[in-house]
Amino acid sequence: MNHLDRLESQSIYILREAFNKIERLGLLWSMGKDSTVMLWLARKAFFGHVPFPLLHVDSDDEFPEIAAFGQCLTDDWGLNLLRGDCPPLDDIDTTLPPAARAAARRAAGLKALIEAQGFTGVAVGIRRDEEGSRAKERVFSTRGEDGEWKFRDQPPEFWDQFNTDFPPGAHVRIHPLLGWTEIDIWRYIAREAIPVVDLYFAKDGKRYRSLGERGHSEPMTSSAATVTDIIAELETTTIAERAGRAADHEGEGVFERLRVDGYA
Amino acid sequence: MTPQLATPKSVPMQGRDAMNLVMVGHVDHGKSTLVGRLLHDSGAVCESRIEEIQAVCKRRGMPFEWAFLLDALQAERDQGVTIDAAHVRYRGETRDYTIIDAPDHREFIRNMVTGAANAAAAVLVIDASEGVREQSRRHGYLLRLLDVRQVVVAITKMDLIDFDAERFDAIAGESRDYLASIGIVAANVVPVASRDGDNIARRSDRMAWYDGPTITEAFDRFEAPLPATAQSLRMPLQDVYQFDERRIVAGRIETGQLRVGDELLFSPSNKTAHVATIEGWDGDSAATPLREARAGQSIGLTLVEDILVERGEVISHLTDPPKESNVFRARMFWPGSSPLSVGQSFRIRLNTFETLVEVQDIERVIDTDDLEVHDSESANNGQTGFVDEGARDGIAEVVLRTREILALDEFAANPLTGRFVLVDDFDIAGGGIINMEGYPDQRGLVTVMGTNLTAVEHLISRDVRATRNSHRGGVLWFTGFSGSGKSTLALEVEQRLFRKGYQVYVLDGDNVRGGLNANLGFSPEDRAENIRRVGEVAALFADAGFIAISAFISPYLSDRQRARAAAENYDPGGFHEVHIHADLEECERRDPKGLYKRARKGEIKDFTGISAPYELPENPELVIDTGAESADICAQRIVDYIVWKFAYEGD
Repeated sequence: MNHLDRLESQSIYILREAFNKIERLGLLWSMGKDSTVMLWLARKAFFGHVPFPLLHVDSDDEFPEIAAFGQCLTDDWGLNLLRGDCPPLDDIDTTLPPAARAAARRAAGLKALIEAQGFTGVAVGIRRDEEGSRAKERVFSTRGEDGEWKFRDQPPEFWDQFNTDFPPGAHVRIHPLLGWTEIDIWRYIAREAIPVVDLYFAKDGKRYRSLGERGHSEPMTSSAATVTDIIAELETTTIAERAGRAADHEGEGVFERLRVDGYA
Repeated sequence: MTPQLATPKSVPMQGRDAMNLVMVGHVDHGKSTLVGRLLHDSGAVCESRIEEIQAVCKRRGMPFEWAFLLDALQAERDQGVTIDAAHVRYRGETRDYTIIDAPDHREFIRNMVTGAANAAAAVLVIDASEGVREQSRRHGYLLRLLDVRQVVVAITKMDLIDFDAERFDAIAGESRDYLASIGIVAANVVPVASRDGDNIARRSDRMAWYDGPTITEAFDRFEAPLPATAQSLRMPLQDVYQFDERRIVAGRIETGQLRVGDELLFSPSNKTAHVATIEGWDGDSAATPLREARAGQSIGLTLVEDILVERGEVISHLTDPPKESNVFRARMFWPGSSPLSVGQSFRIRLNTFETLVEVQDIERVIDTDDLEVHDSESANNGQTGFVDEGARDGIAEVVLRTREILALDEFAANPLTGRFVLVDDFDIAGGGIINMEGYPDQRGLVTVMGTNLTAVEHLISRDVRATRNSHRGGVLWFTGFSGSGKSTLALEVEQRLFRKGYQVYVLDGDNVRGGLNANLGFSPEDRAENIRRVGEVAALFADAGFIAISAFISPYLSDRQRARAAAENYDPGGFHEVHIHADLEECERRDPKGLYKRARKGEIKDFTGISAPYELPENPELVIDTGAESADICAQRIVDYIVWKFAYEGD
């Protein structure tokens, strides 16, 4: 087995544990590269089926290309997609900087969708290498009744035994891609020929490396027009993946506040 | 719009190999600083992150702090400690590394375990000015328990001892000695000064006397763990799917390999079936059928035979299957928030199997500071747990008893299937590794070989027999230490009952070992089989109308339960457990056959009470204390009991 085979096998194991243990499981599909890879892995884990619904939170800030891409796959793959809306921006903590506030709004939309549909577990495509607070996540991460992440008091998780039990009212985030890196994701996309939205590929010397709210995601300078180009670019870059995501850089600790509060 | 399709599959871009490393060591000995510097020197850190940290440090009026690269959470920056295990990637010469930074705080040991359990190798960080400290030892011991055997020791802050070779040699010797005492050979001991990068990614001019590898060179010398394909097949069953016409048995092969057509054994149900297909899914095109699968792969199987199997079973081949038992020894670490004590119940998870478990005994508490083994009296009385107040990270040897039979391996034979966790309330509270020393494999005892059997219907009923004998039949199962008086009392009771006209017979080693069980030795398995046969024979005697008295030590609860089940299968209430009690000291003093003396000398292995466990009866029907009363009175008590319990007056 090579490195990608090992990652794939581990993610499949995690998804199967989640499907067995979680009473009402959903998969958060932002339609970006990571959650689309996670969706692909779910189809592998369950032999071509996706035996649980996908969740997507709509906001008026979304890239039209992403919406079109998502609709296309939903039809082609026969997916059960549940959509939720974001609450009005006015309802969101006004002390947050603008981009963080937009992200918090999406998190609030997700929280509402989870509550409305009664999900007890949601698979989310975050990775440890994205930023510092994600590096400290567990694969199965319990959220309290208020949806809060208690990172100071996480139970141990080892030997692929996960914390699949939680008190009534709480729910669990499952992170099947936690051990993957950005370049692993692209190598796997290449190997498996997984479709991704074309915003990731360079046009006129610019491409999006990470996709969030339209007003708060900046493209990077790049000539990488194919998956192969992107892998070559990532081999040498020293720029952080989420450098173009404004919400991550609005001040020390802002992003951590977002994540404690339920942002994926 | 058509989705953008990626490049064709022919692109050879598998990427490099990756290895997990865990950083351990005493608080403030400089783990995070070492990793931060390592990441910087290897160019693994994005410029933007360095700039962010520069800005933070400037705002707080402090020099650049490498540890901030790892200590990303706000709370940690405030407290200057690492709260949880962080995972950071670093690109080495020959492969990539994920460096897991374990936390400092003593009460956060569970995070260190979380990190270390996934690591192939470890770096033990020791402060040059402080030497080996309490947590250096404890972390080292946990590494051994978690089977992380490749260890590099980094002696940090060499600048604080003026890069002195002699003082380094002393600390290096001390750390090597400690690791050796717990069975770990330190691959290298490297002197470093993290702040300036000495001997991390580049050789230090200030320590020209050192000719060993730098930290990065030492990493590249670690050996990659190989998938255990050569071992016997173990595939814990994870789930059974029926999304379409296929019924798929899903799981991950932990060790070994399997092929289409292989005959598989499912434990503990002990069912067998052949592999029909190995299922896969390969995008939207039909998958190429697989002929074989091996260790590490998450797979799905369809079976030729239509058998009902469920999550938790362990799939193996017919040769070298896992052991089966409901009782075993374990070396446990317990970072739980409350002490572990005898009699507590938890849920146990072993592979994908989950059931209830009780802590039957805490045999030894291990103090990692001095490696003393404490035969803690207080730990055995059920009152005190093995963890001190406030210290929730104890290590101990325990005996666990599960409600259901488990399929398991000894950790020494198969680390992947010989380990378990205990779940307390909602959270994983501790883990352990299995050792079956002194306990039998119960597989042979619970497997029914014959499948075309029908029950014999006797024409003579139990009542008819009882009427002729004027008493009912039953089993008097004596249990107790060697020398407690079982045989003496059994023969005396037999004689007294016979004189009263009872149909009575004593089964003991002398009449059973010579014939029926002549093919059995004294291994734990053979002793368990010996007792199983005696239990079945006693049940037949009882059904024939006899009072059957058995006089065997029968030290294991599970064996006696099986004997009870055999007898009560014929006649509910027909089995009476009699605990023939005398203190071990008293039995050893009596030592009628000189066996204790020989056991003490080590001439007899697995001798009950000396080198093998005796599990006390939980609810015996009768307790006879031969240390307190004379043989005559004891025998009469048993006779009176039998006359009372087995009286038959007819309808």
